[in-house]
Formats: sequence, C-alpha cells, structure tokens
Amino acid sequence: MITLENLTKRYGRFTAVDNVTFTVRPGSVVGFLGPNGAGKSTALRMVTGLTPPTSGRATVLGRPYRDLPNPGARVGVMLDAAAQHPGRTGREVLRLTGIQLGVPWRRVDEVLDIVGLTDDESTRRVRNYSLGMRQRLGLASALMGEPEVLILDEPANGLDPQGIHWMRGLLRGFADQGGTVLLSSHLLHEVQVIADDLVIIGNGRIVAEGSKADLLARGGVTVRSLDDPALAMAAERAGLAVTRTADGLVVDVEVETVGRLALEAGIVLTHLTGGDTQGLEEIYLALTAGTDREGAAA
Amino acid sequence: MTEVSARHTRLEGPPTRRERAAGQQHREARVPLHRLVHVEFRKIVDTRAGLWMCIVVAAVTALVIALVLFTGEPSTLEYATFVQIIGLPLMMLLPILGIMAATAEWSQRTGLVTFTLEPRRGRVVVAKLLAGVLLGLVLIAAALVVAALANLAAIVTGGSGGWAVPWGMMLGLIVGLSIFVLQGFGFGFTLLNTPAAIVAALVLPTAWSIAASMFERIDRVAVWLDLNRVLDPLLAGRMSGDDWLHLGTGVGFWVGIPLAIGIWRVMTREVK
Repeated sequence: MITLENLTKRYGRFTAVDNVTFTVRPGSVVGFLGPNGAGKSTALRMVTGLTPPTSGRATVLGRPYRDLPNPGARVGVMLDAAAQHPGRTGREVLRLTGIQLGVPWRRVDEVLDIVGLTDDESTRRVRNYSLGMRQRLGLASALMGEPEVLILDEPANGLDPQGIHWMRGLLRGFADQGGTVLLSSHLLHEVQVIADDLVIIGNGRIVAEGSKADLLARGGVTVRSLDDPALAMAAERAGLAVTRTADGLVVDVEVETVGRLALEAGIVLTHLTGGDTQGLEEIYLALTAGTDREGAAA
Repeated sequence: MTEVSARHTRLEGPPTRRERAAGQQHREARVPLHRLVHVEFRKIVDTRAGLWMCIVVAAVTALVIALVLFTGEPSTLEYATFVQIIGLPLMMLLPILGIMAATAEWSQRTGLVTFTLEPRRGRVVVAKLLAGVLLGLVLIAAALVVAALANLAAIVTGGSGGWAVPWGMMLGLIVGLSIFVLQGFGFGFTLLNTPAAIVAALVLPTAWSIAASMFERIDRVAVWLDLNRVLDPLLAGRMSGDDWLHLGTGVGFWVGIPLAIGIWRVMTREVK
C-alpha cells in the first residue's frame, strides 16, 4: 500500500508538486502519467524519502518511507536506471544490494534470470549497457529483497515493444500475488500497456485518475466514413459534441448512437471504435495541454 | 525472454505468507552497521577508478621506498628510515581516496540507490568513514610490509638493518595518515564534486604552507593552522607539549570543520 496525502513541493515560487493525493492498493499496478517536468519524479522522490515535502505526507506500507527499518527488504525502488556507476559490472551492482540486504548470493542469479539478463551480460560493465539493459538491471536490483511494493520511475523508457509487454507480464504477476506497483511514464502507450489504473498529472496537479477502462470510456467514439463533414453535421444537428482529428471524428457518445446516426444519414462508415487508445490519447493531450513544454511554447 | 519470465513467475512475486513470517525478522530489523561498512568498503575498490587508485597508492609508495633503498647511504638504512618515508606519498594520496569515496554517490548519482536502501543517511556517512579509514589502514599495512622487504634488501647490500621503530612513531604514523583520509572525506562531503575536492584538498593546505614561508605574520598563525606542520611531529613520533594543542587546532580547522559542513550537507541535501 502506498498513500500520498496532499503532497506538495515548492522550490521558491515554483510549485513542482501541487497537493497530490492518491492511493495504490495491494494487487494493483498504477501508472503515474504526465509530460516531462510534470512533477512525477519529484513526487516519487518524496515518497521514497529522498526529497522532503513542503507539506503533506506520503506513506509506504503504512509508514513514512524513512521509518521503515530495512526498506530494501520490503520496497523495491528504481528512480533512475541511468544512475549506476559505469565502472561496475551489472552483477557487482546486484551483489552490493545483496550484501546490504543480507540475502544469499544465489538471489543475484535469480533476479538476473527474472529480468532476462544473461550471465555474459551481467559480467559486463554498466558503461557498456544499453538503456534497456540498465532498466532491467535497475529492476533486478529493486527485486533483490523480494519486496512487497515496487516504486519505479520510467521503467519502460528505452525498452522495445516486446520489452514493454514483458514488463507488463512481470508486474502483473507481481501484483497478482498481492504486490503493490507504482510506476511513472511520460508515454501514454507505454503506461497503457503496463498499468491497470492511471493517475494523470500535469503542472504538478492531478488532472484525471481512474481505472484504464473508465478513462478509456471517457474518450468517446472514433469514427471515419466516406463523408466525414456530412457525418459531423449530422452529429451536431443531433446535439452531440464532435471533435475533428487527423484520424477522423471523435464523438462523445456510445458506439451504437454513431452507428444509427450514419445509417439514418446514409453515410458509409469505414471505421468505428469506442473506448480506444486514440480517445485516451486525446484526453491526455487535452488534459495536459499548456502544461508540457510544447504546449507552453504554442 | 517470455520463456524465461514464465519459468520464474514464482520468483517475481512477493513472498508467500509463510516466507514472509520467516523473513519478518530481517525485514523489520535495521541493516547492521558492519554490513553497511562492508558495502561501502566494496564500493571504493570495485570500480576501475577505485581499484587503480589503490594500485597507484601502492606503486608510488613502493617507488619511494625503492628510491630511498637505492640512493640512501647504506649505513643509515634501517626499518625506521623506510617506515618514516612511507608517510610522504601516503599523506598526498590518502586524502584523494577519501574524496573519491565521499563524492562517488553524487558524481555518479548512485545516491538514489544508496539512500533509498538506507534512508538514515547518518548511518551511511558513518559506514563510509569507517570503510575509508579501514582501507587506509590496509594500505598502510601494505606499505609497512614493503618497507620491511626493503630493509631486508638493505641488510643484503650492507645496510645497518636495524628493526627497531619507536612505538610513538608507528602509532603517530597510523593516526596521522588516518587523519589525512578523514580530511579527504571532509573536503569530499563539503564539495560533493571529485575534481574540485581533490584540487582544494591538495592545493589549499600547500598554498597555506607556501604563504607561511613567505610572510612572517602568516607564519605565526601557521604554527596553529598549517595542517602539514601540525601533523609533522605526529608522523615523526615526537609529539610534545604545545604540539598537541597545535595538532588540535590544525586538524580542527582542516578536518573537523570540513567534515561538519560536509556531513550537514549530505544529511540535508535533496538526492536527485
């Protein structure tokens, strides 16, 4: 269980994290989604006791992280896969964690196996690792103490599509056995594959949260036809909100209503989906518009 | 990849209730200090930079000893001569070792891992200091062995070959060199940047010594505040009277104050 209560961090006049409250329950994988600079990493550093909050509090397993006697044995943390000493071998990084946690040597081979790093790769120095391999190493290090909770900052960054699906399987399995997972990402498609519940943050504030299904349902229906302008007019005449996108129209109703509308207007549909990723993408962009760098520049 | 993860799904999950009950003790107990020291000691020597630093320390010390062996007047060569000489290279190099140990977490950002595994940063600092001093002692011991070998060689080539070393000199050497390790930690923790700390730790005390040799007014203060000068009698094993006072002020200024500032910084700084 991870809880954030009114967590706030200010740097001078800049508010990096603004009154963030949410809970991650055992058995769930929660994706913390937001553009770069939205405050995700700052929030996760506050949860893990590295950054003191300006106000509010965060607890892990019912206690502030700093009050856990041996946090590594209960909480697996990876805050930046790139933050490893380049001169150490992957295996040595895991040994160090192992010595500190007091787990047997064979655990190193176990976690290497879990994250899919080969024996040969493990004896190379981290300097020669790709970002994807560093992510796997960071995850292996987080798993060393057989934790109940995982806190991962951008764990899918640098992974290929197979890697992202592999990570979904890994974290899903972890959660199915009662584990708690909180991970962050700035890429919707990544987090959508991996997480079940989403907390979307922009400018330090939560702008939307809920299960993936709920958020997807809010995305409306995406439709393409042989005559989009006519279909849009028909929908607007029926009093529906229509958004024109590069991929067609997004209508904020159920699939069936759009189908009937097209039938009555005699327009041939070429594509009709409800609650799909494109809708969520629209929400993500809309909710965080003006909060990310591109938005601010536009 | 999928095959691997499928085979090991059990390993990925959190422990079962029975396992948890068995492991509860280690999960709820603090990591004992000796394990933290073990980790910090290993971190100093398990990187290429750290390992090479130790090799350089050993090689330079051996070189200096060899130099004395081959150029010294044979009749003056005895164990005490060689023991005395190892202080010179070590007082230059041990601070660097301390600096590297102190700054690594920040220059390589490994602090993100270190301080999440042990959020009580004071314990990490203590472990680092103990590990650094321990490594210093190992290197001093190695240097003493090399010095002994040199003395054996000197006996063969006609040296006086005496083995007597005043205990005050031996103790002074060990304590004095440990102070240099701590000076490195003080500068390292204060600046949290390896090159800047190395330059500061080597240049500032030396610049002070040079200034003292040029201006009499500085020279009067330097008796109290010149690190090399206050440590000189200690390393030579002839401490007496005011030497102790001078040692206290000099070490307080160059080691105590930097350590206090540095530890405060490490304790309070946001880890990013």
